[in-house]
Amino acid sequence: MKKACAMTAETAVQLRNVTLSYGEFVAVNNVSLSIGRGEFVTLLGPSGCGKTTILRSIAGLVQPTGGEIEVAGRRIDNIPIHKRNIGLVFQNYALFPHKSVFDNIAFGLKYRNVEKSVIAQKVKRALDMVRLPGVEKKLPSEMSGGQQQRIALARAIVIEPDVLLLDEPLSALDANLREEMRTELKTIQREVGITTIFVTHDQEEALAMSDRVVVMNKGVIEQQGSPEDVYRRPETRFVATFLGQSNLLPGRIASVGNGLATVSLDNGQQIEAAAPSAAKAGMAVTGVVRAQKVVVGKTGPIQGKIISVSYLGGTAAYFIDAAGIRLQSISTIEERIWREGEAVAISIAPADCQLLDETGHRLQ
Amino acid sequence: MNATNDNRGLGWRAVQLVTVLVYIFMFAPILVVIVLSFNDSQFGGFPMTGFSFRWYAKLMENEAVLSAFQTSIWVAVLTAVICSVLGVAAAIALVRYEFPGKELVNTILIAPALVPETVLGVGLLLLMRWAHQPRTLWLLVLGHIMLALPYVVLVVQARLIGVRRVYEEAAMSLGANRFQTFREVTLPLLMPAIVASLLLVFTISFDNITASMFWRPSGVETMPTQILSMLKVSISPEINALGTLMIVVTVGLPLLGGGLARYLARSGR
Repeated sequence: MKKACAMTAETAVQLRNVTLSYGEFVAVNNVSLSIGRGEFVTLLGPSGCGKTTILRSIAGLVQPTGGEIEVAGRRIDNIPIHKRNIGLVFQNYALFPHKSVFDNIAFGLKYRNVEKSVIAQKVKRALDMVRLPGVEKKLPSEMSGGQQQRIALARAIVIEPDVLLLDEPLSALDANLREEMRTELKTIQREVGITTIFVTHDQEEALAMSDRVVVMNKGVIEQQGSPEDVYRRPETRFVATFLGQSNLLPGRIASVGNGLATVSLDNGQQIEAAAPSAAKAGMAVTGVVRAQKVVVGKTGPIQGKIISVSYLGGTAAYFIDAAGIRLQSISTIEERIWREGEAVAISIAPADCQLLDETGHRLQ
Repeated sequence: MNATNDNRGLGWRAVQLVTVLVYIFMFAPILVVIVLSFNDSQFGGFPMTGFSFRWYAKLMENEAVLSAFQTSIWVAVLTAVICSVLGVAAAIALVRYEFPGKELVNTILIAPALVPETVLGVGLLLLMRWAHQPRTLWLLVLGHIMLALPYVVLVVQARLIGVRRVYEEAAMSLGANRFQTFREVTLPLLMPAIVASLLLVFTISFDNITASMFWRPSGVETMPTQILSMLKVSISPEINALGTLMIVVTVGLPLLGGGLARYLARSGR
């Protein structure tokens, strides 16, 4: 009994087999997800992958066609939105334009039977928290985009929700402000210790802010893990291509030995990869190599020719033709930048090459 | 003034002249009515023989005119209020909800604005005859509601599309139920459109003559039908005074309301 209680206290949000379809179109397909108390989880994926639909299902703005959603140990998918106690921050802030900042932040408290004097205190504390003290009397239209987003955050947090849902909250801000707000948002989240689900299509945002990244595509979860984990060890072809720049090298395992798998690529060249235990000679595989891990130099096992160069300051991005296979490399510039048309040699460390099986999943 | 102005002068002058003439054509009749309403003469025409308020005073003693004025005001106020309530409800249903036959409902609601009033007038009358209902003031109000409802639906719909749904979603996520959300968020944001439609409906009802002639109970006059029946007898200067009052009401109210709506919209943003 004691153990069960401890477990529910740890899990803040629980999705069990949540499905949502609009007629033929399945927006969310049998998704299960468990989020711990105080955790900052990002749902990352291209538009239409179902991340926003999951967020809206938890908020109660759409009704899942199947599955269960629990928040703070309470099943909520069958209760109306206004009884769910969730904090929601929208892309375009959605501050009530006809209400002052004070009335905006106090809005949720009014429906929680909080005393007037306490409301005033809480609003003040919330404004201090988002570092905008003294703006109670202003109208939202008198504030900048970044300030409005902070007010929206204060309005969502002041009701002490069980979970904070952020729907692309930074995408309406300009680039400089976005990075500043990224840090700010993360700091506030950590100070308050609130469980947060963040939806974005921006991988940099996801990697920079999250405790855990959930990569989604076509209504299903492709992979979840720490930012480093999903970036360095992609489980599927989709994750490998969606996060960062990767080279996909199709071929067949020629031999396995000494913990190394030798892969014959379709163009006849061979590369070596760290061999997972499932690797067997003769298997059709795809090697995945990050562009940053493709080393361009004078000596190496793969011969190629530079097709194009983009100078990026400290690094350069190269497209290389290696006997019919196109490779992308992002390398730090050592002695000099390689020119277009130059013959180069490429080396890839076996540890930097992951192998995917025929279905596009990482060989275990 | 300078050379370039003089060069394009002739065409430009012509445009100016035509513009002025159009304005004269549009506003001279109204101006004549207003000016003549202060004429001291027995006859409701030129020449002016002196300045006087006597026709206004006489109007105030005219029982028939006063009761027609009262009738018109009541009918217009009732129509405006009922129309706005119905129109807001209809607009919300049409903009915020999906239901089968939505397009058809929308078309039917707008249709009375397209059908000639005479046809509507006869139609409603025939319907009432068939249902063995007497012609009462309520029939008149009902008819005016039918005439004005399309405009309310159109005006409120246009505004409601501009009120983004996230405001309502935000309110509900903060703990307000549907009704509280409507009262606290949707309604205040719709206020400019509601004020505008109240005034629009008021003037539509207050000014209406064609349909009102069919629908008014016997012995009851509205302002426009009263003026018409007075005209049948003679062109009394009283009519000029009455006309001026109607102009003040039907032009002044929307101007006032427009200002109010603009003020609300500004403080609402």
